[in-house]
Amino acid sequence: MYNGMTIAEKILAKKSGKKKVEPGEIIEAEVDYIMVNDVTGLPAFEVFENFNVAPLRDKIVLIPDHYVPNKDVPSAEQAKAMRIFAKKYNLPYYYEVGSSGVCHQHMIEKGFAAPGRLIVGADSHTCSYGALGAFSTGIGSTEAACAMALGNLWFRVPESQKFIIEGKTRKYVMGKDVILHIIGDIGVDGALYKSMEFYGSTVESFPLADRISIANMTVEAGAKAGIIPPDNTVYEYLKGRVIGEYEPVFADSTAEYIETFSYDAIEIPCTVAKPYLPSNIAPASELGDITIDQAYLGSCTNGRIEDLRIAAKILKGKKIHPNVRMIVVPASKEVYEQALEEGIIKVFLDANAYVSGPTCGACLGGYMGVLARGERCISSTNRNFIGRMGHKESEVYLANPAVVAASAITGRITDPGEVEHG
Amino acid sequence: MDKIRGRVWKFGSNVDTDQIIPAEYLVTGDPKKLAGHAFEKVRPDFAKKVKKGDIIVGEENFGCGSSREHAPRALIGCGISCVIANSFARIFFRNSINIGLPLIECAVEATEGDILEIDFENGRILNTNSGREYRFKPLPDFLLDLLKAGGIVEYTKRKLASN
Ligand code: SF4
Repeated sequence: MYNGMTIAEKILAKKSGKKKVEPGEIIEAEVDYIMVNDVTGLPAFEVFENFNVAPLRDKIVLIPDHYVPNKDVPSAEQAKAMRIFAKKYNLPYYYEVGSSGVCHQHMIEKGFAAPGRLIVGADSHTCSYGALGAFSTGIGSTEAACAMALGNLWFRVPESQKFIIEGKTRKYVMGKDVILHIIGDIGVDGALYKSMEFYGSTVESFPLADRISIANMTVEAGAKAGIIPPDNTVYEYLKGRVIGEYEPVFADSTAEYIETFSYDAIEIPCTVAKPYLPSNIAPASELGDITIDQAYLGSCTNGRIEDLRIAAKILKGKKIHPNVRMIVVPASKEVYEQALEEGIIKVFLDANAYVSGPTCGACLGGYMGVLARGERCISSTNRNFIGRMGHKESEVYLANPAVVAASAITGRITDPGEVEHG
Repeated sequence: MDKIRGRVWKFGSNVDTDQIIPAEYLVTGDPKKLAGHAFEKVRPDFAKKVKKGDIIVGEENFGCGSSREHAPRALIGCGISCVIANSFARIFFRNSINIGLPLIECAVEATEGDILEIDFENGRILNTNSGREYRFKPLPDFLLDLLKAGGIVEYTKRKLASN
């Protein structure tokens, strides 16, 4: 009997010139774009120079974001290496500090990410572009260099899992809560080597921002890709942005999923992941008295304008708790500009939050918000591993932007419902 | 890489790449320089005591987290000859194979300091302390070829030459 294909299988089949691919098969497929950042770029460039060929200029995207503006001399050298590489080969897609932002947000805003595309990036959260119906996945620096020379790369065709989320969400519940809930359910290796596909009325009603949070964190369940079938929300967003043409890809009705999970959105509360794993979840309202030293709003998971808007709504007219410093990092220049225009930055400043330009910054414990021993942070980012944002005895709790804002006001981890009429 | 004999460093589940090499050291790609900071936050004595040929034995989801190739590079820099785990996070898996660090997916019982003998060709691991033998499924041919070629760089060079 002929079995149809999932979105992941269809894209990989198309890009490897095959009619059909099966999970487990190893194929070589043509990639549309290869992205590297300032951390993963340098090792890739060093490898690339072994090949003595010209790079595939139109496929390469270079975005410095992790340690820019540079935090020290070694990070300045890394960023410089990227600039030199871009100049040497006259690469069209190099984005200087100030013109871009966190790499994944930039890839989406500038129209690299689009339905049906196969995109690889030397950064694990490259899976974010699945929110637009692309197959995108994180790779290493060495293979990024090889792809820059060859234009293709090996892939093991993943098994696909189907996640169906239906119904209206509770107030303040966002895409972040949905994906934290799912990771809590299936575990940090619940999707290992697999592609997660998301369906249902909840996902369809989510704006792109929430869909990106969902796809972004699929790697936290071990997934190779996290894909949401594209629709009008995506097509509208891409108008005037997308580079070139694109062709949406959908699963066949006879596609085979190795597992199917169903969720009722109304049962998902504002969710927090406690240290030291994204799967270690609890409802924000049931955490008890967990005081915080820092509240961090930003990153490729939740640093978009929609995220800043909801946080500003909660913070408007209020002050950050005196024991807390709040750090707000818009994910891109575009987000920053929009927030300025809407008066959102002013709301943060009035509340005594520290607002910086776009960078990865403290999300990975890089700089600008690193935690001291014993400190605790509520964060809109995606990882709460040991030492992720600083000292090995510091703690990161992951949550959506509304929880981050509410907690910044009370000084302890707080469900936003608690502060709305305060 | 047909046979390896080495001493075990034992780890648990979900060993993430922030543990293997903390982000603050991601300012070099040099395996030797990275090696000095391997597991610094969780096993401060590791980098000092690790010897060439040592083997890491983990449990589930080894290498989860970021795509930093610095993690397997740091392990290569430490002289680690092989990592064995029940399962691996996929980017860590790719990176390791691509740069020539052998990985074996196999549930092996071992304690710190045990001596293992690995026979890649026949898919066998012997724990010389407990006397127990384990079998593992060899990698798919394509990946074995990549490892044998010395990693994806050599593979790519060959492909470019034949184009
Ligand atoms: S914002 Fe954080 S998770 Fe996203 S790319 Fe930067 S360091 Fe990685």
